[in-house]
Amino acid sequence: MTTRGFEAHARHREGVVIIDLSGEVNKFSGATLTAAYGEATEGNSSSVLLNFLDVDYINSTGIAVIVALLAQARTEARRVTAYGLTEHYKEIFEITRLSDFMAIYEDEDNAVAQVPA
Amino acid sequence: MSVFPGRLRKVTLGGRRKAQGASAAPEREAVAGMADVPPVDIASNDPIIAYFQAASGAVDLEGLELESPARDALRAAGVKMVVPLVSQGELIGLLNLGPRLSEQEYSTDDRKLLTNLASQAAPAVRVGQLVREQQAEARSRERIDQELRVATLVQQQFLPKELPELGGWEVAAHYRPAREVSGDFYDFIELPEGRIGIVAGDVTDKGVPAALVMATTRSILRGEATHAAGPGEVLRRANDLLVPDIPPQMFVTCLYGVLDPATGRFRYANAGHNLPYVATADGVVEMRARGMPLGLMPGMDYEEKEGTIGPGESVLLHSDGLAEAHSPDGEMFGFPRVMKLMEGSGGGSEMIDVLLEELDRWHGRDAEQEDDITLVTLKRSASAGVTMSADEPQEELTSTAPAAPGRTSSNGRADDSVQVLDEFTLASEEGNERLVMERVTGAVAGLPLGSKRLERLKTAVAEATMNAIEHGNQNKAELPVSVRVMATDDDVQVHITDLGGANEVPDDTETPDLEAKLAGMQTPRGWGLFLIKNMVDDMQVTTDGDHHTIELTLHLKGDGNDD
Repeated sequence: MTTRGFEAHARHREGVVIIDLSGEVNKFSGATLTAAYGEATEGNSSSVLLNFLDVDYINSTGIAVIVALLAQARTEARRVTAYGLTEHYKEIFEITRLSDFMAIYEDEDNAVAQVPA
Repeated sequence: MSVFPGRLRKVTLGGRRKAQGASAAPEREAVAGMADVPPVDIASNDPIIAYFQAASGAVDLEGLELESPARDALRAAGVKMVVPLVSQGELIGLLNLGPRLSEQEYSTDDRKLLTNLASQAAPAVRVGQLVREQQAEARSRERIDQELRVATLVQQQFLPKELPELGGWEVAAHYRPAREVSGDFYDFIELPEGRIGIVAGDVTDKGVPAALVMATTRSILRGEATHAAGPGEVLRRANDLLVPDIPPQMFVTCLYGVLDPATGRFRYANAGHNLPYVATADGVVEMRARGMPLGLMPGMDYEEKEGTIGPGESVLLHSDGLAEAHSPDGEMFGFPRVMKLMEGSGGGSEMIDVLLEELDRWHGRDAEQEDDITLVTLKRSASAGVTMSADEPQEELTSTAPAAPGRTSSNGRADDSVQVLDEFTLASEEGNERLVMERVTGAVAGLPLGSKRLERLKTAVAEATMNAIEHGNQNKAELPVSVRVMATDDDVQVHITDLGGANEVPDDTETPDLEAKLAGMQTPRGWGLFLIKNMVDDMQVTTDGDHHTIELTLHLKGDGNDD
């Protein structure tokens, strides 16, 4: 296994729940991400902001993990947004149409300003 | 004891119950020797097992209404009463009793006593069973340890007992076997005119089979080295000799080079082994030469290259155990780190010390080593004179950033011949796609490929490699994924081959339906081929029956025109 560690931690800023992701998003990231999402949504917030700044690699199985998270958020009527993606992964989120279902912001200030708490 | 009226007979549960399989046979022998009742096998699906397991004490077989072949067999053997032995909820045996000698029925006191006896005997019987299981396990461990000792012995028997003494050179080697010794080896072969053959190799697989293939390969190489014209020819012949005899799914990666100590000239060929590195005053450079691992396919050719190790420079031959070691959190040591460490190390045996110390620091001194580590270095003394013969053309060592391969021919037209930039194989292990990505990135570093297109190529290469590992080679680590990186004036091409030619080529490059996935009507997965197709300008999937290849093509464009 050459998989780099993946971490996901929830925090709050100005009433917005942010999940800071780091490392490599792949098929092994699912459980960690789901746990962080569970923690993030304990307060019943209506949206979750994913921070991809420290993510250096996302593969197709990682895309699947994100899709599964979006699907779960959808059933709970929660909005998922993101920031910190490199140009390359922004392109991938566009090609896969993930960005149609998950607004992508340039940075955290921007995202927090526009995301409802 | 007078209260023990019946004949106590023990009938085992029989070998057909999986959980009891290990202990059933010896017990059955003991029973056969002590009683006139034949052992009764109880099938694992016989309902009587659940009945006995739940019973609170002695069970009268006469009154037992159950569709059970075992009940009938026990009755036929003359058993009247059964006392289940249950330990920690698990049925571990039965006390079987025939009729009382007095021909009276068993009394309530008899039953109580038997039930008490069973409750006390069960844990003791269980302990006996566990001891027996542990003894069997210990014997099995001993066999494995014995095999490891044999493998280590074979391996070490064939490693050089001493290093060659070359005037003006410092030769150092380090071999550190993993617990489950794999097939690393190195060798020095004396050749005419003071030259020396240097071998570094790695057999896939571990244990005795790998050690035997290693010993065979070493002998073949020793034989061929003194006959064949050059390193490429040595590897070609060795490959043809190994192919018919090597066990399926095993192969050998091997670097073979011939050094002329007087001039520093090093002529080499590579059968899929790690690229040797040379530490020079200007940085660390790779010595690239193309070739498939030995033993995979007959009739292979091996590119032969030549470089010169200058005064003060060191060459390092190294096996996977170093660069592919992992830290506790799963990060790989990596080739770039090896090269960086070489830069400031002073070369020779000092360099080996630096590499190993850093490895120990990085993955923890007590961590179990995953793979054999073999490091061989040759350092040319700084005061050695440079004497290069002018009548032979001298090829430069290929640096990590090779010059752009697009050349213009003398008539001014573009030369569209394909240039191979790199060729290598990797084990089919999860996560190895990142290694391929890293190495392809290095191979195309000199091409006019903008950063955006490079990122696309990296994603396509990673996904195609994952596909080869997971679908083509079914995650069998011993099956190689072969990667070939090529360039023409207009394109960069990467071919990624697995051994899944017999599997049907999936045709699922259609756009995945994200809405359906989000609605939970489709699996969230299935993005791999779609991504590849969208990252490159052309993707072809070919198969030849044995192999399955994804061919990726990306047009080269200047940095100013990145998209």
